Amino acid sequence: MNDARIPASYMQPGTSSFSDFLIANAPDLLPARRSLPAGSAAELAPHGTTIVAATFPGGLVMAGDRRATMGNVIAQRDIDKVFPADEFSVVGIAGTAGLAVEMVRLFQVELEHYEKIEGSILSLDGKANRLSALIRANLGMAMQGLAVVPMFAGFDLDRGMGRIFGYDVTGGRHEENSFFTVGSGSLFARGAMKKLYRDDLSEIECVTLALQALYDAADDDSATGGPDLTRRIFPIIHVVTADGGRKLPEDEIAELADRVVGARMTRPDGPVASLNLPGEETAR
Amino acid sequence: MSMPFYVSPEQLMKDRADFARKGIARGRSLVAIQYADGVLFVTENPSQALHKVSEIYDRIAFAAVGRYNEFENLRIAGVRLADMRGYSYDRRDVTGRGLANAYAQTLGTIFSSGGEKPYEVEIFVAEVGASAEDDQIYRLTYEGRVGDEHGFAVMGGDAETVSSYLAEHYRDGGSLGEALAVAVAALGHATEGGQTTDRVIPVTDLEVAVLDRNRTQPRKFARIRPARIEELLGDRGPTQHAAPEPGPDAPSSAAPPRHAAPAEDDPADPTDQVSGDVPPLEDPDSGEPPIAPPL
Repeated sequence: MNDARIPASYMQPGTSSFSDFLIANAPDLLPARRSLPAGSAAELAPHGTTIVAATFPGGLVMAGDRRATMGNVIAQRDIDKVFPADEFSVVGIAGTAGLAVEMVRLFQVELEHYEKIEGSILSLDGKANRLSALIRANLGMAMQGLAVVPMFAGFDLDRGMGRIFGYDVTGGRHEENSFFTVGSGSLFARGAMKKLYRDDLSEIECVTLALQALYDAADDDSATGGPDLTRRIFPIIHVVTADGGRKLPEDEIAELADRVVGARMTRPDGPVASLNLPGEETAR
Repeated sequence: MSMPFYVSPEQLMKDRADFARKGIARGRSLVAIQYADGVLFVTENPSQALHKVSEIYDRIAFAAVGRYNEFENLRIAGVRLADMRGYSYDRRDVTGRGLANAYAQTLGTIFSSGGEKPYEVEIFVAEVGASAEDDQIYRLTYEGRVGDEHGFAVMGGDAETVSSYLAEHYRDGGSLGEALAVAVAALGHATEGGQTTDRVIPVTDLEVAVLDRNRTQPRKFARIRPARIEELLGDRGPTQHAAPEPGPDAPSSAAPPRHAAPAEDDPADPTDQVSGDVPPLEDPDSGEPPIAPPL
């Protein structure tokens, strides 16, 4: 038999999942297939921090700050933590950056592989479930401090709306209706979004909301990077609508970020939400 | 112990080649044609679900004629090979040449191994580059031969007629509309007993896909929907569906009569007894392929 022939396992019909195929044929390539010595490995590698996402009628926005930290050190100032998963979905990562980026790469191939083999795209819930499985496979490493906690969001073509999925380290998945945050600065970002979010935002308002929330996260969390005005490094923002996903161009984000920062010069705590006092106009 | 009768290796290979060629000629032709922005694939395929042209990777497409189950296996293997390579190295490291080589080795091994039926498929692997000079079309045949094609390439069905029509009418560097029009016209062109006929193929019977280097996405493969084909082709007069042909997978109600002995080798008839000068070894009733006698 000639060895140059394509191996029989490649020709076997059956699975449309690339990660299942890797498990059977090249398990070494899986990001989660590593055995670590006992003890915590949490301080060994850079961690990514805050990701925020919010929906608006007709789509959704996902944004991430640019900082990666290793203990008290800023490991990288311009890391990219929000990636397109396929044409209609995006994934943002918090946690151990190296593992998370590898997991995102696997997830991207997983979706594309299915699409090519089956000739149709997975449902949004199907994609969210596949990501659950990838996170669950990483549980052993998560317990030694190398956790990966992504956030997944996409435009559901069947329902015609943007949807957001949050995860925990065990692969548990929950859907969020309006907005969600993940990472070390997520508590502060969530507080800001809670006060500023409305369900009738336009796309540009939604992008500004994400910038405001990231500013608040950076304000109170040392591991989250704010807009870097001297180096002109601004958050990465992806917008997904029925026409597909796109990464906002840097100059567009820079312009919005400059306005957000400009307004904070006069009011450092950001926009004010209504208290709904008697006689005041009811907030929407 | 029974004495196996002797079959010369030449005869054996010839019979296997005849067998594969007939299977391939049974289907309809497929055209791959270069145009200004990349490579265009056109074939007559009334099925909207079972494709003959598919995406393998960012810049690589796969087109096949012959037995569906066999080329589908090869297609899946190609997607897996490409995705595996792209994942373990980088997306740019997946090349059409590597894939064509893997296919060639596989088809060649299967063809020359005694225990397996030769694949009744012919394949194009095409890749678009940054400019038209970097575009590649590889042709892979059932016996694992690989060659690269320039301008246009035809396989399956009456490839010769379609090919000679294209040789006359193909123009280098044409627009998508021009390339599509000439390819569709070529597919509708037929010669029978010295008579040439030109049929206008209905848009719904066409499967059209491109590798378009100008697409902004990294994945350059795109199918062209019937509405867009209509728009590109414009008004072509009354259309006519192809006469039903017995495909390898279709129920063969229109199969030629089994026991009529044709005077010459008919590639459309897998069961005829004539193959050049020598009768094929395959069983005319069960269609069992020729295999090497036990040694």
